[in-house]
Amino acid sequence: MARSSDRTAPGLRRDPAGQHRTAEQGPPPQGTAAGLTADDETDVTGDPLRPSDHVDGVAAPAPGGGGDGVTQPRLGPIGYLRFFWRQLTSMKTALFLLMLLAVAAIPGSLVPQRTSDPNGVVQYRTEHPDLFPVLDKIGVFDTYASPWFSAVYLLLFISLIGCIVPRTKHHFEALRARPPKTPARLSRLAGYRSVTIAGGAEGSGLDPASAVAAARAQLRRAGYRTEVFGDSVSAERGYARETGNLVFHSALVGVLLTVGIGGGLGYTGQRVVVEGQTFTNALVAYDSFNPGRWFSDSQLSPYSLTLDRFTTKYEEKNRDAIGQPLDYTADVTARTQDGDSSQQTIKVNSPLAIGGSNVYLLGNGYAMDLTVTAPDGTEPFTDTIPFLPQNADLMSQGVVKVPDGLAEQIGMIGFFYPSAVDTEDGSGIMASSYPDLLNPVLSLNVYEGDLGLDDGVPQSVYSLTTDGMTEIAGAAADDGTKALKLTPGETADLPGGLGTVTFNGVKRFASLDVHHDPAQLWVLGFAGLTFAGLLTALFVPRRRVWVKASTTDDGLRLEYAGLARGEDPTLVRAVGDVASRHLTTMGVPADVARDLAREDSASTSNDTPTGPARRGRKISS
Amino acid sequence: MTATDLAYYSLVAVYSAMAIYTISFVAYALDLAKRSGDAQLAAKAATAPAAVGAEAQGAGAERVVTASAGGRTVVLDRTATAAGGADAPRASSSGRRPSRFERVATSMLVLGLVVHVVSVVFRGLAAGRVPWANMFEFSLTGTAIIVGVFLVVRVFVDVSYLGAYVTGLNLILLAIGTVNYYVAVVPLQPALQSAWLVIHVLVAIIGTGFFAIAAGLSAAQLVQTKRDQAKLANLRFMDTLPEADRLEDLAYRVALVGFVLWTFTLIAGAVWAERAWGRYWGWDTKEVWTFIIWVLYAGYIHARATRGWRGARSSWLSIIGFAAVMFNFSVVNVFFKGLHAYSGL
Ligand code: HEM
Repeated sequence: MARSSDRTAPGLRRDPAGQHRTAEQGPPPQGTAAGLTADDETDVTGDPLRPSDHVDGVAAPAPGGGGDGVTQPRLGPIGYLRFFWRQLTSMKTALFLLMLLAVAAIPGSLVPQRTSDPNGVVQYRTEHPDLFPVLDKIGVFDTYASPWFSAVYLLLFISLIGCIVPRTKHHFEALRARPPKTPARLSRLAGYRSVTIAGGAEGSGLDPASAVAAARAQLRRAGYRTEVFGDSVSAERGYARETGNLVFHSALVGVLLTVGIGGGLGYTGQRVVVEGQTFTNALVAYDSFNPGRWFSDSQLSPYSLTLDRFTTKYEEKNRDAIGQPLDYTADVTARTQDGDSSQQTIKVNSPLAIGGSNVYLLGNGYAMDLTVTAPDGTEPFTDTIPFLPQNADLMSQGVVKVPDGLAEQIGMIGFFYPSAVDTEDGSGIMASSYPDLLNPVLSLNVYEGDLGLDDGVPQSVYSLTTDGMTEIAGAAADDGTKALKLTPGETADLPGGLGTVTFNGVKRFASLDVHHDPAQLWVLGFAGLTFAGLLTALFVPRRRVWVKASTTDDGLRLEYAGLARGEDPTLVRAVGDVASRHLTTMGVPADVARDLAREDSASTSNDTPTGPARRGRKISS
Repeated sequence: MTATDLAYYSLVAVYSAMAIYTISFVAYALDLAKRSGDAQLAAKAATAPAAVGAEAQGAGAERVVTASAGGRTVVLDRTATAAGGADAPRASSSGRRPSRFERVATSMLVLGLVVHVVSVVFRGLAAGRVPWANMFEFSLTGTAIIVGVFLVVRVFVDVSYLGAYVTGLNLILLAIGTVNYYVAVVPLQPALQSAWLVIHVLVAIIGTGFFAIAAGLSAAQLVQTKRDQAKLANLRFMDTLPEADRLEDLAYRVALVGFVLWTFTLIAGAVWAERAWGRYWGWDTKEVWTFIIWVLYAGYIHARATRGWRGARSSWLSIIGFAAVMFNFSVVNVFFKGLHAYSGL
């Protein structure tokens, strides 16, 4: 039967007598289940566990009790509320909101996001100066925290909760309910077959009562809930399907809640640690820190980590991958609050769990150990400065600021080449050809003037604002003084007799992310529940099976039939199996029983029964 | 054999597999053409008094004496009369014997897959790890899995009418992967050195295979629906395919398997992201698209369950879902920035 009728179907209607009629199905197929009582019919036509516009659902009356789409003039506020609530929790709304969620998620993938790619956002602003303010206004650079995105998923989850609650209630009732009465006529149902066993003398066990008893025992063993009605047994199984569905949907709410709670209670922080340095888990020690809404300082458990050694391994043999990183290992000494200290390693994909947080290794690079000496021999600057890697061969860039102690304020922009090579284009510009320290060279452009540190505007340690400064060594220096070039151990004079700068050596740094999320395991737990619920909901069949026995002139007549509740492609086969096993119990030789129960001897020849036999709702009087 | 040799033989094998797949594709196409002819013949035969397949419909009133065992007669009285009219299978869809073209096509497909698998294995041996760590390898393994999923599904239900679609899609993906995305064997970067590479990515690929088959079935269903509305009367071969409802059911079941696998991919990806990047979810581009795909298929499942959406409308969602999967793999990998920068290009 073509489903196209569904599209225009006005839906099930409740007539004044309170019985359901399947108005959507058009003229009923001839010879339909005339034998079904009104009760049976309600039972097969609709599934109260489903929202009203579910294909198997029981249609809800429109507000005021009229037909769908008919607006009743007198409708109290409660009625309206109910009506809107029903709209919100309908399948159509859920579907609409799901589609909306998919669409709303797209913009965030097209432009960089502040949370995951702040530099990208800055770059976007430079590249699209006109577009940027407009996009920024509607929040696409923070798509996943934007009001519109939040509105979509919050509505979806309200709808979801509104959907789960009544269904859970229904389901608890269904779990306690007995299987429904056997329909008077089974012959229109799925997998129907009728077998007559001839003969059957008294006491041979071939009487309806023992046949029904045997069927009941067999179905029970197969996990069906059974109920005997006269000479028939009615059996139902697969409540786990609905349980799974409810677990799935509820666990989704659990995931959302725990993600939110975890984000609110937790924190993330970044810190660059140079070999030999110690990082103490306190607010001041972080380079950047993002606390959750409900975070308090006391959550930071005071441990410390010393980066003893940072080891890298690069590909040396494979010609196609020379210099590709193979391994990063950070050897650290961890000291907890109570003074225990231990040697630990942190690697990519293998964070260190300490003090309720996880410490991840997310980046690394080189740090320059530099000393600036004034003409009078004092050392206004001596420090190790991390340089940020600029490319795969770890050409790195960093900034040195010397505000005091020299005749002038000095800023230096440094370029570090771990394996320096001349680019050989005559420009004298260098490049790095390999990420490891084969031929380390540091080149420094020196600026003199106002560093701008006194303006009170916070400045990044990784950038130098050269606006108020003059370049005194480097490509743009007026007198042609070249950039200072240093190898480890070397000292160079600063121009103009300002002093000297010494390149003491190179160290490695590790960039560590510290992440604390007290709800993380809960999120995982709910995600696991989601998955388990999904498997159960999708692959446990929910079905009813009936076995009916009667005595005819020819002997004992046995009838078998089933009814799918929801998708159930194997129903016909299952009814066949029930029949075959039951017939065997009744003394029919196994091979004959199997033959009788074969799928193609059942009501429909393909394995998915379509049409009236498949869906109860297609049966009407 | 050195790694370079192995990688070379892997390429030889993949080109050979493509050649074999091409034969298979042509044969499947010829099979579709032949189906047109068959359908015409069947239509003629159906006008004759003894209609094809009519005997099957009459079972309702028949009494079949099945056995007489141990002095006791067992009779299958009757089965339901449900099968009839519009529910009957189309003229020659069930019980249709595979044409010679189809048999050639399927054998070639199996042969192609064997050679293809050799290519995948060689690539894995050359790299000394699982062969799905960059886009070329992902295409290579993914296409093999699509064919594998198709052949497995075929064991359970006759979906050979999808052969031309599967081989066609496969050839396109494989050609793009090999010609545009080829990279030499390189070792894994530290972020990819994890057992999750094996699990997460493999499950994603298998899920993709199921989505591909589901999309093909959905497309066939759409065509069939159009034909039912008499808008596409001339696509005769469609007569030999199952009716629209059946195609829809099949598409749905195949997509469900894909959806379950995709759900797992999503969860496993989050677990891995927590290990490797320090957070389980960060709205990285690839994460966003994996999520979008998941939501689209959740939408599809709901559409199927919503009155008024079952049928053609929900099928479009299945097709859009698969389009998003392809988009995620191609465009997002190559052109979008993100942490998942593993294309190796
Ligand atoms: C966060 C949003 C949602 C997601 C991701 C989602 C996902 C899913 C998935 C994957 C299934 C198939 C598995 C199963 O049968 O249990 C499903 C089924 C179902 N969902 Fe949802 N759902 C969402 C919201 C809702 C809402 C709001 C409703 C209420 C209207 C709803 C009602 C249903 C029903 C009735 C089914 C069973 C479908 C059937 O009988 O085939 N879902 N959902």
